[in-house]
Amino acid sequence: MQTPLLELKDISLSYHSEDGETLALSHISFQVQPGEFVAIVGPSGCGKSTLLNLISGLLTPEEGEILMNGKKLSENQMNIGYMLQKDHLFEWRTIYSNVLLGLEIQKKDTPQKREQIDSLLQTYGLDTFKNSKPSQLSGGMRQRAALIRTLALEPDLLLLDEPFSALDYQTRLNVSDDIGKIIKHESKTAVLVTHDISEAISMADRVIVLTKRPATVQKTVPIELEIDQEERTPMGSRNAPNFKTYFNLIWRELNHGE
Amino acid sequence: MSKEVVKMSTGQRQYLKNLKRSRQLVQLARAAIFVIFVALWEISTRLTWIDSFVFSSPSRVIKTMISMAQNHSLFIHMGVTLWETLASFFFVTIFGVGIAVLLWSSPKVSAILEPYLVVLNSLPKSALAPLLIVWLGANTTTIIVAGMSVAIFGAIINLYIGFKEVDPDKIKLIYTLGGKKKDTLLKVVLPASVPVILGVMKVNIGLCLVGVVIGEFIGSKEGLGYLIIYGSQVFKLDWVIMSIVLLCIMAMILYSLINLAEKMYLKRL
Repeated sequence: MQTPLLELKDISLSYHSEDGETLALSHISFQVQPGEFVAIVGPSGCGKSTLLNLISGLLTPEEGEILMNGKKLSENQMNIGYMLQKDHLFEWRTIYSNVLLGLEIQKKDTPQKREQIDSLLQTYGLDTFKNSKPSQLSGGMRQRAALIRTLALEPDLLLLDEPFSALDYQTRLNVSDDIGKIIKHESKTAVLVTHDISEAISMADRVIVLTKRPATVQKTVPIELEIDQEERTPMGSRNAPNFKTYFNLIWRELNHGE
Repeated sequence: MSKEVVKMSTGQRQYLKNLKRSRQLVQLARAAIFVIFVALWEISTRLTWIDSFVFSSPSRVIKTMISMAQNHSLFIHMGVTLWETLASFFFVTIFGVGIAVLLWSSPKVSAILEPYLVVLNSLPKSALAPLLIVWLGANTTTIIVAGMSVAIFGAIINLYIGFKEVDPDKIKLIYTLGGKKKDTLLKVVLPASVPVILGVMKVNIGLCLVGVVIGEFIGSKEGLGYLIIYGSQVFKLDWVIMSIVLLCIMAMILYSLINLAEKMYLKRL
C-alpha cells in the first residue's frame, strides 16, 4: 500500500478559557490517500473545522501527530489549499487581483503562473470577469473565483470548510456540482467538512462520521454508488439507487447514542 | 453590467417627482435660514435694536474683509491658520495610523496602554495649551502640537477599534494562503480600514482647526485665533466676528475636501 498523503494519528485537542477547558477532539485517527475525496460529517460544533485548522497547521495538536507523505507537518513543504465558508473575495480588488492574492503573498507571481491562472479562468468561465469587482459576480461565480485563488498555489491537498454553507439552496447544489467537477478535473486530493449528509455522499469517495463533542471517529463509510463513472458528478450522484441507503446509514451513525 | 431600458411607469414617475420636490424643499429651507439670519442681523443693527459696535453687522464684516484683503493682512492670517491646521492634520494622520498599527500588532501593548489613552482622550486639551507654550515656546511648532493634541488620542482609539473590527476570517484567509502577520496588515487590515481612516480624517480636520485656534489664542502673533483674541482685547469686534465667519468657511471647505475624497474612493469600489 502506498504512503497516505495525509495521516492523522491519535489527535486530541482542548480549548482553554478562564472558565475551564473543553475537550474538542479526542483520539482521532484517519488517512487520506492521494487523489481521494474524503468528507467529514458531524453534528454542528463538534470540532470539524478545528480538524481542518490542525491539518492546515494553523493550530497544533496537543496530542498525536499529523503526517503528510509520511513526514511531520512542520517539516513538510507541502502546499495545502484551504477554502473557507465564505469566499472572502476582497471588494477593493478586481477578480483577477483577488485570484493572484496567494501568489502575491508567497512571492510566486511569475509570467508562467499568470499563464496558468489565465487558463484556469478561461476553463471555468471567469475570463470575461477578470476586471470586475466581486460584487458584480453571482454567488456561484464568486465561489469559483475563490477556488481558483486556492488552486493558483497548486495545492497538493485541498481543505474545504463548508464552502457552500453561505449560499442559498439552489445555488448551493449548482456550486457544489461545479466545484466537485473542478476538483475531479484537476485531480486534487480533498478533505471536505460539512454537516450536510447529501453533500458529503454526493461528492466524496469516503465519509468519516464524527460524534458529538468531544469528537471521535464514529464510523468510516466508503461510498460506492451504483452509477456510471461519468455520471459520478455531485449532481448525478444524487440519482444513484443506493444514495438513500448511504444517507440512512450515515444518518443513523450521526444519531448514534442519542 | 448593462441596465435594461424600461419604460417608466406612472407610479415611478410620481415617486421621482416627489423625491425631487422634497430635495428642493430642503435646499430652499437651508438657503432661507441663511438669508433671513443675515438680513435680520443687518436690519437690527441698522435700526439700532442691537449695538453694531458689539454685534458688528454683515456689512461691517464685509467692509473689514475688503480692507484687510487690500493690505493683505487677511491672507496672512488665513494662510497661517490654514497651514498650521494642515500640518497638524498631516501629523495626526501619520502618527494616528502608525500608533494604531502598533497597538493592533501587539495586544499586550494595547492592553497596557488602554487606560492611558482613555484618560488622555477625555482630558480637555485646552488645558494643555499653556503648558505647551512654556515647554516649546510661543512658535508655530507649539501651535501645530496644540492642534495635534486635540485630535490624536481620539484618532488612535477609533483607528485601533476599526482595525480590530476587520473580519477575522479574512485574516485567516491570508494565513491559509501562507501569509504572515505583516501580510494580514498590508493585504487585509489596512485596505479594509480605508473607510474608517477616511471617517476619522473627516473628524480630525475639524478638531485640528479647533486645537490650532486654541494654540493661537495664547501663543501667536498671526492667524485667525490671534485676530479673535487681539480683536476682543482692543474692542475691534468686527475682526472677531469676521474671523469666526472665516473659520466657518475654512472648516466647511476642509471637511468637504475630505468628504469628496471619501466619495471618490467609495465610487471606485
